Amino acid sequence: MAAAPGAGSAPADAHADLRRMIRARKRRDVLFSVVGILSLMVGVLTLLALFVDMAITGAPRLTPEFFTSFPSRRAGQAGILSAWVGSILVMFVTAFFAVPVGVAGAIYLEEYAKKNWFTDIIEINISNLAGVPSIVYGLLALGLFVYTFGFGQSILSAGLTLALLILPIVIVATREALRSIPQHIREAAYACGASRWQVVSHHLVPYGMPGILTGVIIGMARAIGETAPIITIGALTFIAFLPPVPLTGEPPAGLFDWLFSPFTVMPIQIFNWTSRPDPAFHQNAAAAAFVLVLMTLAMNGLAIWLRYRLRKKLKW
Amino acid sequence: MSASTITLPKQPPPLKAESRGLDFYYGSFKALKSISMPVFENHVTALIGPSGCGKSTFLRCFNRMHDLYPGHRYVGEIGLMPDAVNVLAAEVDPIEVRMRISMVFQKPNPFPKSIFENVAYGLRVRNEKSRTYIEDKVEAALRGAALWDEVRDRLDEGGANLSGGQQQRLCIARALATDPEMILFDEPTSALDPIATGAIEELIGEIRKKVSVLIVTHNMQQAARVSDFVAYMYLGELIEYGETKEIFMKPKRRETEDYITGRFG
Amino acid sequence: MPATLNPERGAGLAEPRLTGEARLAQLARDKVRRKRRERTIETVLLAAACVSVFTTLGIVYILLKESFVFFQEVPLWDFLTDTQWTPLFSDARFGIVVLLSGTLTSSAVALLVAIPLGTIIAIYLSEFAGHKTRETLKPVLELLSGVPTIIYGYFALLFVTPILQKLIPGLPGFNILSAGLVMGVMIIPYVSSLSEDAMRAVPMSLREGSYAMGATRFQTAVHVVVPAALSGIASAYILGISRAVGETMILAVAAGMQPQLSFNPLEPAATITSFIVQVALGDLPHGSIGYQTIFAAGLMLLLLTLVFNLLGYWIRRRYREAY
Repeated sequence: MAAAPGAGSAPADAHADLRRMIRARKRRDVLFSVVGILSLMVGVLTLLALFVDMAITGAPRLTPEFFTSFPSRRAGQAGILSAWVGSILVMFVTAFFAVPVGVAGAIYLEEYAKKNWFTDIIEINISNLAGVPSIVYGLLALGLFVYTFGFGQSILSAGLTLALLILPIVIVATREALRSIPQHIREAAYACGASRWQVVSHHLVPYGMPGILTGVIIGMARAIGETAPIITIGALTFIAFLPPVPLTGEPPAGLFDWLFSPFTVMPIQIFNWTSRPDPAFHQNAAAAAFVLVLMTLAMNGLAIWLRYRLRKKLKW
Repeated sequence: MSASTITLPKQPPPLKAESRGLDFYYGSFKALKSISMPVFENHVTALIGPSGCGKSTFLRCFNRMHDLYPGHRYVGEIGLMPDAVNVLAAEVDPIEVRMRISMVFQKPNPFPKSIFENVAYGLRVRNEKSRTYIEDKVEAALRGAALWDEVRDRLDEGGANLSGGQQQRLCIARALATDPEMILFDEPTSALDPIATGAIEELIGEIRKKVSVLIVTHNMQQAARVSDFVAYMYLGELIEYGETKEIFMKPKRRETEDYITGRFG
Repeated sequence: MPATLNPERGAGLAEPRLTGEARLAQLARDKVRRKRRERTIETVLLAAACVSVFTTLGIVYILLKESFVFFQEVPLWDFLTDTQWTPLFSDARFGIVVLLSGTLTSSAVALLVAIPLGTIIAIYLSEFAGHKTRETLKPVLELLSGVPTIIYGYFALLFVTPILQKLIPGLPGFNILSAGLVMGVMIIPYVSSLSEDAMRAVPMSLREGSYAMGATRFQTAVHVVVPAALSGIASAYILGISRAVGETMILAVAAGMQPQLSFNPLEPAATITSFIVQVALGDLPHGSIGYQTIFAAGLMLLLLTLVFNLLGYWIRRRYREAY
């Protein structure tokens, strides 16, 4: 870099040129940093704008009556009672199916499956399904659950659909959790004479709980906000009644009346109100959206906290 | 491939286990070549040899640890007395083998459970329901591992909170709790400090009164201190076997002598 | 704690257990029971793992079954080449290209936002940002992708569109541009997160080689890291495309549901996805041509996303750099 000896003519100039070039390139570095931060700000500001707009527009509607009223043709009296109750019931069904099937499937793939073509097919399927648009799940549900199986346009159909939708999330999270358990723990358990299921149920699932729970909660946070598949199976958008209270009613069939009841969920209520021209309903939509976002954020936050808390207790 | 030089004692003690012509393959790689040697009851047999000679591989055949990984193949037999069952036979359930032969690993690996549950695990796996029985066995095992006095007030604390040496003794207690016929030690002190090492060696001396011990060690002095019989392995073969005094003072094979005197290793 | 756990019975003595023949018989019984239990459990777990296969089969089956009926009524050629989409009229026309134009336009707008911004963010986070910045800003990005899309739809219609209408006079209340922009922001995390992972996987030794030659951070990032992470970045882009094509609610709310064969983002349009929603919102007798139309549209959508998924998979397989 230094001027070669005997190169003579004005080494000072060469240095000045070099320094100028270096400074120009360094400026580009700084410029890019600025561009990078600005790009990030696009995302941050969008989120902020979203939040603030919802909060400001919707705040006046966030009264206790809002949570305990049914939707109504009069915007000022409309509430989200049927929506949040419907969401909770659907989430319950979703978890009921997605968690056991997802965890069991992941256990099979991690601990039992041999490396053959059949296992490959299962794994390809799972990663494929993660990329299928949610509305296609709605079509599957419409054709299969609603009509072929005859479950109708009900909470059961919705829950099953969402369970299938979030299954890849639960499976991947469980597999990660199992994979992170060091091999020497498995060996120690086997060396004590444990069978494979004993190793799984006494050690792997308990120790993998943080990761599994995190995956389940993230899946549920996704499911609670899904609209398209639920619309497709025909959740009605104006529901002014609640499904029958679960587990009341005449046994045996009456206990499960609620599963087959028409229903609505939070995202659909928001959709309904947003689509109306009357700005008063837009206010309702903003309030409901605010509640929904809070629920989603709370679940994501819970997942992160749980993962942190439970991870501390496991030492190997 | 030369034959092994095996020198049995003049009045050999009762036999606990015996490997006969054992070959072991990882995929197509032949890791063990025709190993035949005895393991005598209530005595300590040490496996020594340089890194990669196959001593851990051989050890892990005894409790079918290789079954956990694909690509393993056993050729030959390991007979377990008194019923002379071939531990390696496909019809034999590895779980049953592991209920008779326990293992202590190189790096202490207590479960992230309480001390009590760690030791009790082998019993739980056998469907043991009686609480008093389990408590008795846990206590006996912890005494047998010289850990009882240190932990008896904190049996509910996590096993991973103990020091390295204590953790290893906990793993030994875990192995003892089910009254095994044989315990396999895979370099049990290589991750421990000298004081903890001494404690474990003393323990092994006590344990062998009730249990047959097969121990892998890369520390020749340890083998000399702890064992009654020594097997020297090299590149997957058994080179020489004999009583500890003989092997260390008057080895019959040149290879053994080279290793013992540190000419290579 | 007492000196022993069971002081009444003395230290270390266990109660008598089964011995001899009885013990062997007990062991044999335990073994049989254990083997049966293990086999049953394995079968149950296998069945759970197969649910995903059944899901795919179910999707394929139902789409094909209903589309089959559809294509008995509507010739495939018409479906692919007709320039109008009016399935619910008495003189019904079924030109899928109309919906495809909507999908294409909206995806193009979204990707014009998501790909540049996502890549820049990925480069910034991976090569420039300090640890603290990265740890603070990554969760924010994750939040962006965690917001339910219906809420983005609300945002597009009631916040972004009015602003755009001030900037672009004559912009209709429903338009592709607004929905596309919001979609783009929503997709940024998908692109940036995968790209960043790919860039972080590039070993330091390559970077060190570049810095040692006197390169700046920007030069290293652009000339060394990005080319080295190309396959991961490419599959991040493909994921973004896939996501844009499959997006439904933002378009259903903000883009209007008027099928028109146009590539002008300043107009309303219907996409494959928003069409399905529109139909599902109405009353459709099961088995009518309208009902089957959404399955035919869905089949089209599935084929599109499948092509992109396969492309991404192939790129990863073929060009994966092994570090």
